[in-house]
Amino acid sequence: MNSTNQSRRRMLARSFAGLGAVWLAGCDRLSNTTWFPKILESGESLSKNAHKLLGGRHSMAQEFAEADISPTFRGNGNTDISDLKFREMANSGFSQWTLLIDGLVEEPTKFTLAELKAMPSRTQITRHDCVEGWSAIGKWTGVPLTAVLARVKPTPQARYVVFHCADAFEGEDNEQVPYYESIDMDDAHHPQTILAYGLNGQSLPITNGAPLRLRVERQLGYKHAKYLMRLELVETLAGIGEGKGGYWEDRGGYQWYAGI
Amino acid sequence: MNDTPKEIPVMTSTAERSYLYKRHSLPVRLMHWTNALALTLLLMSGLMIFNAHPSLDWGLQSYSGRPSVFSIGARPGADGQWIGTTTVLGHEFNTTGLLGVSTGPHGVAARVAFPWWLTIPSDYSLAEGRLWHFFFAWLLVINGVLFVLHIRRSHHLAQDLAPTRADWRAIPGSIRDHLKFKHPQGEAAKRYNVLQKLAYLTVIFLLLPLIILAGWGMSPALNSLWPGWVEVFGGRQSARTVHFIVAWLLVAFVAIHVFEVMISGVWNQLRSMITGRYRITVATTHQEPNNEQH
Repeated sequence: MNSTNQSRRRMLARSFAGLGAVWLAGCDRLSNTTWFPKILESGESLSKNAHKLLGGRHSMAQEFAEADISPTFRGNGNTDISDLKFREMANSGFSQWTLLIDGLVEEPTKFTLAELKAMPSRTQITRHDCVEGWSAIGKWTGVPLTAVLARVKPTPQARYVVFHCADAFEGEDNEQVPYYESIDMDDAHHPQTILAYGLNGQSLPITNGAPLRLRVERQLGYKHAKYLMRLELVETLAGIGEGKGGYWEDRGGYQWYAGI
Repeated sequence: MNDTPKEIPVMTSTAERSYLYKRHSLPVRLMHWTNALALTLLLMSGLMIFNAHPSLDWGLQSYSGRPSVFSIGARPGADGQWIGTTTVLGHEFNTTGLLGVSTGPHGVAARVAFPWWLTIPSDYSLAEGRLWHFFFAWLLVINGVLFVLHIRRSHHLAQDLAPTRADWRAIPGSIRDHLKFKHPQGEAAKRYNVLQKLAYLTVIFLLLPLIILAGWGMSPALNSLWPGWVEVFGGRQSARTVHFIVAWLLVAFVAIHVFEVMISGVWNQLRSMITGRYRITVATTHQEPNNEQH
């Protein structure tokens, strides 16, 4: 009696394990097809459209009090740049650094850090949400992107701003792939979208993207490109990287829209 | 009480009458299995997402300087082997083998919070985990809204799920029955017992809405729709913690639910949720008068 019970229990446990293995293998196999992830991505476009419908251009990210600021603001992704030219620029306080804005603009322009700092600024205490799940709160100071764009005059065809960065990740063939990201004009003209040069009342540290980084507060951290070198206005993302609009979008499978 | 053995010789198969009755409507059956599929995939893809940052905090953010309320990690032991640790409110537990350090799919020890066989995909991929999670989250929400509309329109909610006055009084008895694994027989098996009703109502109207809301609380875009609303949870990181806790409360519900199905006639229960038909067996020797007045 006892032994039959035991063997029955063992068989039950084994069949559960078997079912689980089939289930897992099935999910993994679906994940590796080309068609199934496309179906899954429909969930992402539903989220994006729902958010655009509900919040549109104007919904404002929550701003916090000085007391909420994180004691140390975690740097993630690349937190330093070994490139000699960049190191030289950093050592001289980025006085030699310029930000080039070109592409679909009437007046392509190079801005120095001093020029950007001379423009009207915005300071905001916001929460940075990483795709991994953690959050940190910091006080950012920078120039609203919309004010910078007003100077270079985007043409009516311009639909995206692409951010080209000085930091790079190692590619599959050991080549250095510079980081890039992009946002649409809704986010580009949002009042809280700033090119930040200050964190917590100090110059932006190297760890967090000195001399200049993007803050696009209604999206996750990987959209907030650091170590900015060039902004390019484009009509389509097809010619950027592998066409999905960002380094992680092209290589890691993250979604271009990162509001969730 | 009744421990004197009773011999009832008339209880043969001929003295029993059994028939199938329609227990679950087609929409309820479809939505039940959709829900089961979505919840399973959401749990497993959710554990993948958790693995990207395996600690939970309370409040607005993760780096306030206060210790985490829950975290899974790994540290090297004295013999150079990795030890999997789970820390709950400052108390560390050795969870090597399951949490923190576990055997990977190819038999090699891996430093990962939840083991590969609990996550989707089984290889670490936050991007794919998110893809699965947000697709099935939409399915869960749409299915849930349709379910609530259906149970209201079909009166399933009022007739079968809402506890009656008699139900409330029957709670102590129902608790005793559950502890003795005793289930209603005959015609009484047609009705849900009060604990069952309360469990279903808690899941439908409390746990699922709560986990959805806490999930929304983690979206920076949804946060901006009405700045500050996430503080109903105590902040984004609290919302993440609530989301995690409620997920495990739902797992506990499913475990009890499946257990009750297994001990109360697994095939009969399964058939009723697949074809809709549930077999009622009544002893004809003491035929019950037809007193269904409700």
